[in-house]
Amino acid sequence: MGIVIFDGVAYGMLLFLIGVGLSITMGLMNFVNLAHGSFAMVGGYVAAVLMNHFGLGFGLSLAAAFVAAALVGAVLEFVFYRRLYRAHPLDQVLLSIGVVFVSIAAFTYFFGPTMQPFTLPAALDGQVSLLGLEVGRYRLFLIACGAAVLVALLLGLGKTRYGAMVRAAVDNQRVAGGTGIHVQRLFFLTFSLGCGLAGLGGALSLGMLGLEPSFPLKYLVYFLMVVCVGGAGTVTGPFIAALLVGIVDVAGKYYLPEAGAFLIYVFMIVMLLVRPNGIVAKKGLA
Amino acid sequence: MKALSVSPAQLRAAEAVFWIALASSFFLLPDKLTLMSQIMIFGLFAVSLDMALGYAGILTVGHAAFFGAGAYAAGLLAKYGWSEPFTGLAFALVVSGLLGYALSYLVVRGADLTRLMITIGVCVLLFEVANRLSGITGGTDGLQGVVIAPVLGMFDFDLYGKTAFCYAFGVVFAMFLLVRLVLRSPFGLALRGIHDSRKRMLAIGSPVEARLRMAYAFSAAVAGVAGALLAQTTQFVGIESIGFNRSAEVLIILVLGGTGRLYGGMIGAIVYMLVHDWFADMNPQYWMFWLGIFLIAAVMLGRGGIMGALSRFVRTGKAR
Amino acid sequence: MSPANRTHTLRTQGLGIRFGEFQAVSDVNLSLEPGARQALIGPNGAGKTTLINLLTGVFKPTSGSIHMGEHDLTRLSADKRARMGLSRTFQINTLFPSLTPLLSVVLAISEREGLGATWWRPLKGCTRVFDEAHSLLGIFRLDSLADVPVSELAYGKQRLLEIALALAAKPRILLLDEPAAGVPQDESGELFEVIAALPQDISVLFIEHDMKLVFRFSRRISVLVGGRILTEGTPSEISADPRVREVYLGSSHHHA
Repeated sequence: MGIVIFDGVAYGMLLFLIGVGLSITMGLMNFVNLAHGSFAMVGGYVAAVLMNHFGLGFGLSLAAAFVAAALVGAVLEFVFYRRLYRAHPLDQVLLSIGVVFVSIAAFTYFFGPTMQPFTLPAALDGQVSLLGLEVGRYRLFLIACGAAVLVALLLGLGKTRYGAMVRAAVDNQRVAGGTGIHVQRLFFLTFSLGCGLAGLGGALSLGMLGLEPSFPLKYLVYFLMVVCVGGAGTVTGPFIAALLVGIVDVAGKYYLPEAGAFLIYVFMIVMLLVRPNGIVAKKGLA
Repeated sequence: MKALSVSPAQLRAAEAVFWIALASSFFLLPDKLTLMSQIMIFGLFAVSLDMALGYAGILTVGHAAFFGAGAYAAGLLAKYGWSEPFTGLAFALVVSGLLGYALSYLVVRGADLTRLMITIGVCVLLFEVANRLSGITGGTDGLQGVVIAPVLGMFDFDLYGKTAFCYAFGVVFAMFLLVRLVLRSPFGLALRGIHDSRKRMLAIGSPVEARLRMAYAFSAAVAGVAGALLAQTTQFVGIESIGFNRSAEVLIILVLGGTGRLYGGMIGAIVYMLVHDWFADMNPQYWMFWLGIFLIAAVMLGRGGIMGALSRFVRTGKAR
Repeated sequence: MSPANRTHTLRTQGLGIRFGEFQAVSDVNLSLEPGARQALIGPNGAGKTTLINLLTGVFKPTSGSIHMGEHDLTRLSADKRARMGLSRTFQINTLFPSLTPLLSVVLAISEREGLGATWWRPLKGCTRVFDEAHSLLGIFRLDSLADVPVSELAYGKQRLLEIALALAAKPRILLLDEPAAGVPQDESGELFEVIAALPQDISVLFIEHDMKLVFRFSRRISVLVGGRILTEGTPSEISADPRVREVYLGSSHHHA
């Protein structure tokens, strides 16, 4: 049981890492981006290629994944996304579906439909003893990463000027713009950051979920779930939601294998009924 | 370019021409009857989505939940004892209508984002249910052994799809007329009012949420009939009829044809499926790629789909 | 007061609403008698529209109650209140842009008659509804514009349609939120006539800045300042009241 919870937490951390960027963009820009998983996929493939073909170390590959995904995000924001901030949600949904389709097709073409091979770096392989349980090192590493990102984001949002601007713009975009905050640039930076985080998460998921071109659609519901159940626009909300989703899903599949993913969907619907604005609702969310 | 003015009588004539042309494909395209049946079925599915999306303003990428529910309902009914086609349709209509009505309570309230999530969530949930209950539904292999009794006791479902086409045409035409009636009723006017100004509708005493729930239930019922038709004419129910991909596809079809316009779904289905058929031997990855490109281009450039473009060139003299 | 007239009364007791730290409206005791012609005036930002929103159910009060006749409206939704006979117009035109005046009024009548859920009959078949709509449009001299898309109507005509929609519901109580707002001088005559011709048994409360309108049509005036009722009285009492003059800095407001 301890292992199941532990694994669930690790899985949740991964979902948090990928989903937190989506939460901030959705909360900040009110943009429904169903293509968020594509950015995770970009990071994953970049890391995989660097490690498998160029022999680059794991740590550096993670960094590269972050940068690559952030760059792709920056380009797409500049060319497409920024023109649709005021558009009808339907248009946003359609654009993001288009981006997902293009990304899946492109990656299938270049990398084939099978999962990317991945060898765990020696330092993260195997088990380690923690509180009397034998836990996987990689999963422990994931949890550490997730916690580190959470702390970094909370500090960044809470203590830096940039963070204050983001919080202001999430609260009330028009007024924030009126106080001289350059909202367009803020969006651009934040969107890229969100995509970068997704890329990092995508690279990390090589060791736990596996990476194939259908990744963005396969896990789309999970990312959206984490954001909506957690509360779009917040960081702690998706963190809590991701932990819950991770634990419920892993525990559910372990104890009731016939039910499969059924449990997690029921969980999601129930949570959305009980807290339609998310566990941690954004203040003043219409 | 000056807009062409069209009178109501000419409009009705154009509608008649549309349906006659569609019917005549029975004679003109005898080896493509299965494709034509599918076009009509997906056209009806897209029109049902329009009721929810274009008229009731509910953004959903999960409508295949009802399409699939109707398909499985009709398929299972036939497989496990009762194979008369029309009652199969009625059964599917009731099942998906009730499902839609139950879900409408979740879907109608709440912000756009939550709503979107719930529609997607329910759709993937049902997909998972169909997957898990593979003993009953056939899982990813699909529901096989669906045998439908002859239509009206006389017309066997033949291998060339002739009976299937006539049956599908009849049902789609009838359902389309029903949708048309509903949209031109006082209820349809209320939906238009809600679309224009929810605030005003509340102020004149309209129970807006109740109206929207009914619209959603209707759209679910019609989607269910389309699904049942597919099950009956192909004598098979694939698990992809209930998945997210199918929901995304019908959304694309509708947007292609144009939302909020009665014929948008039908036109979109015709264009989409004919083009898809043309590129049938294309690697599915290529199709997905170009579809994605098309979507991005459509959003960045286009407005209102094919029907929207038409309406800029043709004035019908009435307010929409 | 005879029983038949009781539902033509609107009464609030200690009505108030608080948005976070901000008390927008507090302790309002308003009483509308059958057949009333009551004006609500006050400087900008006094909370007049907020009060109307409270009365119609757009906002739920944080204190106090609202009664229409014997019915307690305080927790009822906006559409329920409208169905019970409380109609309103909006300060900014809130119409159906893609419909026509005829269809708009038909819609309002259809909802009133409970036909809004009728999906099995074509709209065209409801001749009684269309007839009533035509005659209502006639009263408002909008009949010649019956089939023009609402978005193409002149502003003054749209303003008239606002009131027509509210009347189509056959209300017992009518709340008009700045009916003359933005209406140019040459179109305001028609508006005044329409207001003068409002059925006598309807109780009317209207917000206005246009003092000509206020002194011509109201028999009673309430002055709202800072979310509270400063004073109430007949037009002559109010115009003589020094506190009221002070609030308005001695001048009457006119729309250019």
